[in-house]
Amino acid sequence: MTRYLELVCPAGTPAALRVAVDAGADTVYCGFQDCTNARNYPGLNFTREDLRGGIAYAHARSCRVFVAVNTFPRAGDFGPWQRAIDDAAACGADAVILADLGVLDYATCRHPNLRRHLSVQAAAASPLGIRFYRDAFGISRVVLPRVLSVEEVAALIGQTGVEAEVFTFGSLGTMVEGRCFLSSYMTGRSPSSDGVCAPAECVSYREDGDRLVSCLGDVMINRFASDEPAAYPTPCKGRFLVHGRPSYLFEEPTGLNVIPLLAELKAAGVTALKIEGRQRSRTYVATVVTAFRRVLDALAEGASPAPMPDVLRAVAEGGRETFGAYAKGWR
Amino acid sequence: MSCLTLGPLQFHWPAPRRRDFYARIADEAPVECVYLGEVVCSKRLPWFEKDLPKIAERLRRAGKQVVFSTPALIITDREVAMIRALCETGDLIEINDLACLQLLNGQAFVSGPLVNVFNEGTLDVLLRLGAIRVNTPMELSIDAIATLAAQNQAGEIEVFAFGRQPLAISQRCYHARAHDLHKDNCQFVCGQDADGLAIAQLDGRPLLAINGTQTLSHGHVALLDELADLQAAGVTHFRLSPHALDMVEIATLYRAVLDGTCDAEEGLTRLREHTAPVPFVNGYLHGRAGVDWQPGRAG
Repeated sequence: MTRYLELVCPAGTPAALRVAVDAGADTVYCGFQDCTNARNYPGLNFTREDLRGGIAYAHARSCRVFVAVNTFPRAGDFGPWQRAIDDAAACGADAVILADLGVLDYATCRHPNLRRHLSVQAAAASPLGIRFYRDAFGISRVVLPRVLSVEEVAALIGQTGVEAEVFTFGSLGTMVEGRCFLSSYMTGRSPSSDGVCAPAECVSYREDGDRLVSCLGDVMINRFASDEPAAYPTPCKGRFLVHGRPSYLFEEPTGLNVIPLLAELKAAGVTALKIEGRQRSRTYVATVVTAFRRVLDALAEGASPAPMPDVLRAVAEGGRETFGAYAKGWR
Repeated sequence: MSCLTLGPLQFHWPAPRRRDFYARIADEAPVECVYLGEVVCSKRLPWFEKDLPKIAERLRRAGKQVVFSTPALIITDREVAMIRALCETGDLIEINDLACLQLLNGQAFVSGPLVNVFNEGTLDVLLRLGAIRVNTPMELSIDAIATLAAQNQAGEIEVFAFGRQPLAISQRCYHARAHDLHKDNCQFVCGQDADGLAIAQLDGRPLLAINGTQTLSHGHVALLDELADLQAAGVTHFRLSPHALDMVEIATLYRAVLDGTCDAEEGLTRLREHTAPVPFVNGYLHGRAGVDWQPGRAG
């Protein structure tokens, strides 16, 4: 069967990697157990040994493995990022996903034959920006920021000369990624350099009468009535007072799901679809990858419109789905 | 000698107010460099674009360096056209999105505070491409800034020393959203808040300020106590971000602390007279949460 679009799936653990491969991922992406990747959560990610084993498992089943080294090294502490690149190359990764200029420069000089993808964390959102990375660092693919409409994606792709990968499912930040300091403003730990937004050790909940208050550091992010589901206190999904009224100023707790837009994205020239969620469970990975595999196979066989699997709503953040910035009215 | 700079105006002020503001800056403010241009939302530029050449000329006549700042986020054809036109003037440009580098072709530039320069490797790349001055990102601690400055002894390092800190940029306009509008039909409601719209936590404590597609700290960064340490670390330029406050007085105050004619403690007391009740923040510089205030030596 001809491939409709490459399906790029998250693996927070070696077990999740095997689940994703078995469920039909074309590619799996993962990271090392440290601050060199943007999902640096306790209990997640791969040792070097894990990665070697995971790559062997995936390659034996014609599935590729990308390694995210997509945070921004701290001044005076470049070592972990250099080692991450060197080890990804040594383990046989099919590509590294990078954001920082210094890391890109290092990978380009030291491992010219290792395929380089530009992470969403680099926030390259224009043909000019993408061509800069292509010309300076030979990137083969860009993961597009989650701030573009489908029309903008289409207009951009023809002008860059590199493959485009777009987010199609999962958690949705409303700020330009890699350039959002809200979490560090509240906690002191940086998504950019520590690889963690809203770190669990800074999260707390307390009762306030019959309501539940969620906090990040000393900041109150939300307050829920007893019949409301309590979302994780991510700064851009918080409820704040605007003109004195409580409001989800930035974004409601919703998850991205663009299955109805897949044909448009393919027509726009997109190469690959990315599913977010290395921090999510194996069940999430199995559910989402299986559903997307079925949809893509149906589309490849000419189905129209794309079938919409109900199972996905159950695993979406906040149990609600959005097209995000792909729909123009979102802005 | 350390230089004081006036950063680009982040807010959407009416054109006459801008003209008056920069006229007074040219005549009275002890700053060596002024950044002009629209950083937050390209839709705002037509409102004041035609005034920029005259403003720049007046500032230059007053002996100030003029740098043209470019948008934080470059996506639309309008934004690309904007930066292309700026890059072709030959004027000194401040880049805030790396897309500009594709147009500069080795021409000298200033790297703005919205560019992620977290480490020496990135600094090296920017210097190689023609950066003559590099602003450090908001998140950096004084130790990180010192490490970068040590790597750039021949060049200039600039630190954001006063004003609400830019914390995030989006494609979504929160000002429009706060008024139940969409960005494409925003009615320029961001112009209603000359210093940004204050956002509070549900218990009423102020937290952030929004300015169109930008999110800022509610508190003002106030680096006065830290100026001497930053100078010793190799910082050459200190940026004051324009607010609807007496910026001439505030620049004069920073100048006095830099020159040693006013101590930092007195400087903070006098600064507070301008900024109260908005609190001070300086947490990032001390390796803490950005929202924190560490009183330091001057109390």
